[in-house]
Amino acid sequence: MIDATLVQLSRAQFALTALYHFLFVPLTLGLSMLLVIMESVYVMTGREVWRRMTRFWGTLFGINFAMGVATGITMEFQFGTNWAYYAHYAGDIFGVPLAIEGLMAFFLESTFVGLFFFGWERLSKVGHLMVTGLTALGSNLSALWILVANGWMQNPTGAVFNEHTMRMELSSFGQVLFNPVAQAKFVHTVAAGYVVGSVFVLAISAWYLLQRRHADIAKRSMVVAASFGLACSLSVVVLGDESGYVASDNQKMKVAAIEAEWTTQPPPAAFTLVGLPDVKARTTHGAISVPWVLGLIATRSVDEPVLGIQELVAQARPRILSGMQAWSALQRLRRDPGDPQAQQRFDAHRADLGYGLLLLRFVDDPARATAAQVDQAAWSTVPNVPVLFWCFRAMVACGFYFIALFAVAFWKSARHRLEDSRTFLRCALYSLPLPWVAAELGWVVAEYGRQPWAIDGVLPTFLGVSPVPLHEVVLSLAGFLVFYTALAAVDVYLMVRTVRAGPREAREPGPQAAHAAARS
Amino acid sequence: MLEHAVLQVIWWLLLGVLLIGFAVMDGFDMGVGATFRFVGRSDEERCALLASIEPVWDGNQVWFILGGGAVFAAWPVLYATSFSGLYLAMFLLLLALILRPVGFMFRNRVPDPRWRNVWDWALTVGGAVPALLFGVAFGNLFLGLPFHFDELRRPLYTGGFVGLLTPFALLSGLVSLSMLIMHGCTYAALKVGEPMALRATQVGRAAAAVFVVVFIVTGVWTSDVLVGQHLAAAALSGTVPGAAGADPRVVLYRGAWLHNFRAHPVLWLAPSGTLLAAILTWALLSIARPGLAFLSSALVQAGTILTAGIALFPFLLPSSTDPDQGLTVWNASSSARTLQLMLIAVIVFLPVVLIYTGWVFRVLRGRITLEEIRRHAGWY
Repeated sequence: MIDATLVQLSRAQFALTALYHFLFVPLTLGLSMLLVIMESVYVMTGREVWRRMTRFWGTLFGINFAMGVATGITMEFQFGTNWAYYAHYAGDIFGVPLAIEGLMAFFLESTFVGLFFFGWERLSKVGHLMVTGLTALGSNLSALWILVANGWMQNPTGAVFNEHTMRMELSSFGQVLFNPVAQAKFVHTVAAGYVVGSVFVLAISAWYLLQRRHADIAKRSMVVAASFGLACSLSVVVLGDESGYVASDNQKMKVAAIEAEWTTQPPPAAFTLVGLPDVKARTTHGAISVPWVLGLIATRSVDEPVLGIQELVAQARPRILSGMQAWSALQRLRRDPGDPQAQQRFDAHRADLGYGLLLLRFVDDPARATAAQVDQAAWSTVPNVPVLFWCFRAMVACGFYFIALFAVAFWKSARHRLEDSRTFLRCALYSLPLPWVAAELGWVVAEYGRQPWAIDGVLPTFLGVSPVPLHEVVLSLAGFLVFYTALAAVDVYLMVRTVRAGPREAREPGPQAAHAAARS
Repeated sequence: MLEHAVLQVIWWLLLGVLLIGFAVMDGFDMGVGATFRFVGRSDEERCALLASIEPVWDGNQVWFILGGGAVFAAWPVLYATSFSGLYLAMFLLLLALILRPVGFMFRNRVPDPRWRNVWDWALTVGGAVPALLFGVAFGNLFLGLPFHFDELRRPLYTGGFVGLLTPFALLSGLVSLSMLIMHGCTYAALKVGEPMALRATQVGRAAAAVFVVVFIVTGVWTSDVLVGQHLAAAALSGTVPGAAGADPRVVLYRGAWLHNFRAHPVLWLAPSGTLLAAILTWALLSIARPGLAFLSSALVQAGTILTAGIALFPFLLPSSTDPDQGLTVWNASSSARTLQLMLIAVIVFLPVVLIYTGWVFRVLRGRITLEEIRRHAGWY
């Protein structure tokens, strides 16, 4: 049986490295778009202040970008180092979007980002804007392919299990690419990144206005951030609702856990606003519910039920029994690949093999599992209900707060009264950490909520782990924790330093301007 | 759809293309990174050396990232087995590589000499350690790695980390380190002003000389000492490593890695061409023709990788403990559908990548001189 501690530590390392990576990626996505907007205004109006803005926010973009690249290197290789069986089992499909991401998106982003910083005096205005635009395009395409890969883990379409190679193999790339889960996740995640960038610009600009410094740049930056941020925070909530609808089709269990819906309610289901989920008693204490809302979000109807946890566990039980049949037929096929009886039996139960594999956590030979072990495996399909319940609510609360924040900022900027209220400026400044909180919580809901599966219904997470010696994983986990934290501390220090120094003033000629003057 | 075996050979060639792309492009970044603290003596000189690679190293590094993604998609078993088996070596490699993006971005933000010294060392490690480790990894391919598969087809690695650092593997590490230092120094000789260019030329010539010696020693060792592997049975596409009922197919004997060269003598062009190109690089550096020296050095990168690839073919990852379970071109690939799809993606996107990369290098053409660094003080 697979060492449970090894699985826990490998998962902890993946979560740590992914959560760190996801601190930097959303800001890269958001700031790159904001830079395109600012530089476009510069190119269209020719006003120097917009160029100074682009370069100032570009410096902060660069510091953050370096950390995104640094933490991203680990991600590309971690499926091999720590999730070797997953890599073998899924590589035929999962590797494709990762490789295309490199070819189509990461090359684009990384090749042009250098020119963004070092091309100011070597390129025409339009040429440089094009470089900035291609960098932003690369970042966004990168997110698309990564979420196509991730969407396949949530909803593994376009693939079948091959009993001869013992892995999933691609049957339709179109289905992988146009996977509705991937599409919904892409727009939601990218819009969330734009919100992170907008709050970042809004908060730092608010600080300058509070300090009465750089008002020219701060006010213009706030206008851009407020309008872009308002549009994006609205879409992030709407598109998040869309992914709720999609998830209900593919990952009913995730939705049931998020809602702590222990048993199916008569439709249309009520939405639990708050309450205390109790895992042992399988009930939610003190629930305050809003009638109809969950049924509408999850099914877009008033008569379809939203299945509860108990019912979904009951549905998993026969699939586990069928998975046991698939497992034993597979064992016979491995001894004698030509056995027609075994082949027939395997074909009949092929779709449930993943559910049979769940049993490997409790018994060495799933074909010999007892009724109690089947029950245990069925209940193991339920993710951690209280964590999902609270993370989801906190994330959604942040989302609605951002809409309010940007709406006020937009209204004030439209009336040119951004500086009037110090309370508002302070509020904007203190909001700075919130979009990161929301983004990380979103990751937890999506990925922790996918448990116990690495690939939904196909491969349990525990089985995907690399059989690496425990002490080596302890060493790497500790190493990444210390190393990443040290680098993140330096990153924050440099960000603060750059913000305190502020944008270059227009009167003092920067070295670039001096160089240009020397040339002409 | 193309036949599976044809696609497998194409993807073996493309793996070579990716490795060569990585060595030629990111190789000079690693070479400059490994040596700039010694070639550049003052902060200004180091700034100039770093400025020569700063705008391009990130794009170049994508060859490595893409290599990871492409191996994942085209050779998933290889991806799973090698990276999990070489767990601690990969961990060290990743840490060293992570130092580069932060080193470049953080270094110039604070003028304090102590701060800069810390990040200069980080960049040196980020250049030298990967350059050495890539060779050590290749050396271990020739030695075989101790792994086999269990009945679920999980790769089980039975070696440790220290076991990887054998004399032959370290010698191979010296091959890649000297090769990439030579490459980085020809680039620096081409891209920075004096006095750094002259020093880079000297270091580059020394590295070329070291490369010629260690390349020959490694070759003789491989031919006369090392017990190599040879896949005797006819190639069976679509088989899985160590599948039930497969006859023992791999035979072991001294000098087996030279089998392909003996069978097809024309292939000797690869190692002899590599040596000639290295000597040519040395000569071109000596007569101060860094542009041609860089091209010749790029040929050395390609030739070295080609030589190793030919020697190992059809093996991708030989097993030392159960040779029949070793990974080959025939048993470790993705399905034909995936290989074909990925081939189309490469045909469509790789030329585009090459075109815009070329354009970026054209925009950035010209030498970085100390005057330029002084003019931009506070910016670089």
